[in-house]
Parts: sequence; structure tokens; C-alpha cells
Amino acid sequence: MADVKKIATRDSYGAALKELAAQHDDLIVFDADLAGATKTGVFKSAYPERHFNCGIAEGNMIAVAAGASTMGLVPFASTFAMFAAGRGFEQIRNSIGYPHLNVKIGATHGGISVGEDGASHQCCEDFALMRSIPGMVVMSPSDDVEARAAVKAAYEHDGPVYLRFGRLAVPVIHEEEGFEFQIGKGEVLQDGTDVAIIANGLLVAEAVEAGKALAEAGISARIINMATIKPLDEELVLRAAKECGKIITCEEHSIIGGLGEAVCACVSEKCPVPVRRIGVNDEFGHSGPAVALLKQFGLCAEHIVEVAKEFCGK
Amino acid sequence: MTANDKKQLMTMACKVRMGVVTGTHAAKAGHPGGSLSAADVFTYLYAKELNVDPANPKWEDRDRFVLSKGHTAPGLYAALAQRGFFPESDLLTLRHIGSHLQGHPNMNLTPGVDMSTGSLGQGISAAAGMALAAKHTGKTARVYALLGDGEIQEGQVWEACMFAAHYKLDNFCIIVDNNGLQIDGRVADVMSPYPIPEKLEAFGFAVKQIDGHDFDQIEAAFAQAKETKGKPFAIVMKTTKGKGVSFMEDNAGWHGKAPNDEEYAKAMAELTAQLAEVEAM
Repeated sequence: MADVKKIATRDSYGAALKELAAQHDDLIVFDADLAGATKTGVFKSAYPERHFNCGIAEGNMIAVAAGASTMGLVPFASTFAMFAAGRGFEQIRNSIGYPHLNVKIGATHGGISVGEDGASHQCCEDFALMRSIPGMVVMSPSDDVEARAAVKAAYEHDGPVYLRFGRLAVPVIHEEEGFEFQIGKGEVLQDGTDVAIIANGLLVAEAVEAGKALAEAGISARIINMATIKPLDEELVLRAAKECGKIITCEEHSIIGGLGEAVCACVSEKCPVPVRRIGVNDEFGHSGPAVALLKQFGLCAEHIVEVAKEFCGK
Repeated sequence: MTANDKKQLMTMACKVRMGVVTGTHAAKAGHPGGSLSAADVFTYLYAKELNVDPANPKWEDRDRFVLSKGHTAPGLYAALAQRGFFPESDLLTLRHIGSHLQGHPNMNLTPGVDMSTGSLGQGISAAAGMALAAKHTGKTARVYALLGDGEIQEGQVWEACMFAAHYKLDNFCIIVDNNGLQIDGRVADVMSPYPIPEKLEAFGFAVKQIDGHDFDQIEAAFAQAKETKGKPFAIVMKTTKGKGVSFMEDNAGWHGKAPNDEEYAKAMAELTAQLAEVEAM
């Protein structure tokens, strides 16, 4: 994949904010002393009067954004996923979710691919936390093209949205030309009938790679990109369940509470089929280079292939 | 303030207190103590201070009020009813299934409520966000937030204070209801927040200490808040928890307990007598 262009979705986030701001005066950005890392600094350089640093005080930032939204502005509040979904959970739940306010939470540095900073900063619980809040949209886009489209869709959506972006540069798998993104709609990247692999975030590119290897091994895998975890595209999941009979979910998140459990809940009630969840197995991460960590935790094409082969009895 | 103005305010304050007692009695739950300590400031805010329109509660240029100490919703609701946002009889539905009067304020259900609150420490941040947004969009609206003296034990309150001072939110006025009591006892014994004015000054606020049951002092403090430029304003008001109902006064036991039928009758008799006294002035 050496010739594939790689971009971290946090960079896409900063670029998309800047682009959207040109058309929308009501877009403002809050950050908590991480503007350089979350890439809201890119927005700040272009629109300094619309960027408000809140200092290292995430709970306040979240509720400030809630208040600002009641005045007709569309705030994007940013920090690392750990401090947005984690520290800010109750503020998001009570000050944004309960009144259903129009605040977008742009959480960067999700998952273990944060790398060297280690477990304290590797948030693998954000999907679970955010999914549990009524009315919250939860998204984890797979690449630069989709991430920028997701930011735009979040802006256009009336209500709270949680967006997770990554620190690590990941392959750009979508073509910009003609790309359309809709909240709550999954995307079939490769058709197949033996097993459906449903992934989000940086695992989508890995699933695509796995699909190629599985084809060579005689396994027809349907590869689905499920950028929106909530609301889940149940129609697409159920069609995969019916037509493939087996589902593997892949996410850079705990196997508890994320995409895997959302898919399990859907199929167990409406079309029971066996499911294998690939994710972080109820453990904390640790320091190390991102790519090595992803391999160690089985969040890579090779492991998806192994699981799929075992699942399909090959 | 003319004698007649004061009489009108005192009359409304009596009615707000009756609304608190009536609502919590009907709900068989709720927080009368802190609603009564803040009844005079609720009255002043909705009778005199806030530029709001009950006929158009979502009017975009209105002043905003955030009840950061959201558990004292019965006081806010009684004041909103007095100001004409909804019928007084709605107070009898407080905390009932299907009522727009939730146990803690809900901005989407109750006309006149500007922010959903209840989890302590968050309302002041939301109010600061409103004040920032008002400045950013060139609105002249002012934003007020009422906090409890127990509430300011929440660390987020001080994050919000830093934020308000940093962004020089001189359209922002907080009021701390220093009734000295919280659920578990005296704030000084549970976890002392004192000295409150000095702390707020250190965090960048202009501060005025007043007697929260004296309308002349309340009026003067709000006037001073409007004249203060370049920094946010804080009114620290000394009050009596349960003010107006003899057996509730300065008693932490009435923080979150509703009056039973007998207590309700006694409280209403006291408030009716107070109202008659005011009307005879």
C-alpha cells in the first residue's frame, strides 16, 4: 500500500471546519488547549475570531458550547476522545443530550492508535458512552474523504453529533469525485456472500485489504463501511445477515458497547446469525508505535483474515 | 425605588412563595428551602430586571436566565407563572407525569426556561456560553445565572468563572444564593466554600454582597452589574433558607422535602398573613 495516499482524519476535521466556515458564519469552534493536535488550529488560523480556547477545562467547554448553541450558533467542541466522551460524559448527557442541543463534538485521538501516549489517552469506550445518550448521532469515518463529508453532514444535521477522528494517517480509500455521505447509511465497498465484514474508522481500510486476501482463499466477503454507529443502518445489517449468514464486526474500540454490540443487538432481535466481534478485548492499551499496537491488538487485515477463515471453516 | 414599586415586588414575592409551597405540596416532593431563599431575587428578575416577553418566550433578543441550582425549579416556576408565562394553576402539576413542570428545569417543555439544568455546576457554564455567543453575534442581551452556595463546591463552577473573566463577559451576571445550608448540613461544615466574594474577585469578577431579601439592595446590585465593563459581575446574596415559612427557615431538613397537608396549611396561613400585611402597606 506504499503508493496509497494517507491522511489522518483529524487533519480532515480541521480542513473541513475551515472549508465549512467560509460558507457558514454561525459555525464556531471551542477547544481545550489542544488546537494544534485536534487540528482546530487550522480553523483558528483562518477564523481567529470564531475560535475560543477554553483551556484545560473540558466539562466547562462542553456546557459552554451547549449554551452558545441556544443562541443560534453551531458550535464544534473539540478535544481528545478520552476527555470529550470520557471526562465530558455527564456534561454531554445533561447539557447537550437531554435538551437535544445543536452541538457537534469533534473528538480526535480515538482508539489505541494514539500510540505512544499510552492507555490514559487511548479512548476505546467513546462509542459505548455516546451511543447510550438518547438522540445522539455517533460517527467514526474511515478516511479523509468520508471524514470531511461527515463534518459537513454533522453541521447540516439539527441536533447533537459525536464525531470520532484518529491521530494516525490512514489510507484514503474513497474517491472525492461523486462521493456522497448520509448520516445513518452504511456503504457496501465489496459485495460477497460467505461472510459480511462490518467495520468503521481505520478498520475499514484493513477490512478492504482482508477482503482481497479472503477472495484469494476462496471466501466471498462482503465489506461494509459503517461510519455511523448510531443510528445504525439496520436495513444494511439485516440484509447482510440474511444474505451472508455470518457477520464479523471490526472497530478500534472495546468489544463492549460499540459497533459490535450494536450489530449484535440488531441481528439477535431481527435476524439471528452468528457474529464475531473484532475490537479491543476488554483491556487497556499501552504505549507503543500505533501500527505495532494495532497489530498486537488484532486490529489489522491479517487478524480479520484469520477470524474470517476460522469462522467460515477454511 | 418608590414605595409602591416595593409594595408590588413584596406582593409578588409572597405569591411566588405561595407558589413554591403549593407546587411542592401538590408534587409531594421538591425543594422548597432554596426556592424560598431565592424567591425575592426570582421576583425581582422577572418583575424588573429581565427583558423578556411572556407572549414570545423564544424572542431571540431576550435576556437569558439560567437556574444553575436547578433543584429550586419550584421558585423559578412560581415566578414564571406570576410573570404570565403560563397559568398559576400549572404549579399544581409540578413533578406529575405529563406536566411541563419537570422536577428540574427543561427548556423544551416550559415556556420561559432558557436552559435545562439540574446537574450542579453545569448551568453557569451554559450561561457563560450564552453570554459569549451574545457578544459574538452583537446582541445586547444580558445573561444571568443563579447558583447555590453548596453548588459552588463543584469544580466546574470555577472553570466557568475563569472562562467568563478571560473573555471579559460584562454582559454576564451570576448570583450566589448564600443561604448557608446544603442537604447534609451547613455549607461551612460539609465543605466550606468561604470566603465566597474574595474567591470570585480572585477569579476576575466584580463582586457585590447584599441582603438577598432587601429589594433596594437587589436593585442597586443589578444596576451596578450593568454599569460594570470589562469583567463579569457576581452578586453574593446572604439569604435565609426557607424564608417566609417559619418552620422551614434556616433548617437543612427542608432542602428537599415537601410539606404535608398540615404543614401546607400552616405555611399558606403564614404567607397569607404576610400578603395581607404587605397589601395593607
